[in-house]
Amino acid sequence: MTTIDTAGSTKDATATTGSKGTRMLGAVVAVGFVALAALALFITPPEATQRDAFRLIYIHVPSAIVSLYIAFSITLVGSIMYLWKKSVFWDLMAEASAEIGVIFLGLTLITGMLWGRPTWGTYWIWDPRLTSTAVSFVLYSGYLAVRRLDMDPTVRSKRAAILGIVSFANLIIVRYSVQWWDSLHQGQTFDVADTQMDGIMLFTFVFGVIVMNLFFGWLLIHRFRVAWLEHQIADVGLTEAIEARRREGVS
Amino acid sequence: MHWEFVIPGYIVAVVVLGTYVLATVKRGRRLSKQLPEGKRRFLDA
Repeated sequence: MTTIDTAGSTKDATATTGSKGTRMLGAVVAVGFVALAALALFITPPEATQRDAFRLIYIHVPSAIVSLYIAFSITLVGSIMYLWKKSVFWDLMAEASAEIGVIFLGLTLITGMLWGRPTWGTYWIWDPRLTSTAVSFVLYSGYLAVRRLDMDPTVRSKRAAILGIVSFANLIIVRYSVQWWDSLHQGQTFDVADTQMDGIMLFTFVFGVIVMNLFFGWLLIHRFRVAWLEHQIADVGLTEAIEARRREGVS
Repeated sequence: MHWEFVIPGYIVAVVVLGTYVLATVKRGRRLSKQLPEGKRRFLDA
């Protein structure tokens, strides 16, 4: 895919993982983040009891939604599709989504700890929600470690897919941990029927969720393309090795 | 009140996500150079 720019020189449009669409999406996300920071830090009022510590909700919850509900769900679907159809596309999609999910889950844990200190008096406690979330972080980090094992790619993908499915079961525990056990962590923050938030705070919260999800989309496209490039390079390397062996056999 | 926890939270978010974005984009550029054009994108392949 080669394009000609206004100066008349040729430009390779596939020399990066970006494209016209992703550049536009990236610009929207960048503007969205600036607006989110302004809303979250300066425009919204402090919460009645938690005061300014509550401002962490605008990045903590959107990060949790992206990792626990979106990214790892895509990994689950990708893992199932790989085992069912042996689809390389879904295998790489599962890998890309899991890596982004781990990044966002790490951010969820860090912002949660920073929020916990002023509200609970401690950065960490072995509470059901915090513990099950930390277990998810370890499970999906393990998933990424399996993807980097030096072994037959088909076996590696199969093992990773099984781990991708098993790890998702823990997310059900994360989701319902605040209902099943006595938890220091608050219950569901956002309920469509009863948001318990109003005005500019609710707007900022929903805006944060939208911006974070758009950012996830942008990242997923780029990370998938990186995974595809790695797959193609491995494929080209294998083809060259086979041809070299053939030439050796002929000579 | 509690800004000493809020500001580090937002700084960590910017640094972590920004570093990951840069690393992913640079990794993509480096890998793209190793392949012919027709093999670089899933839909083009």
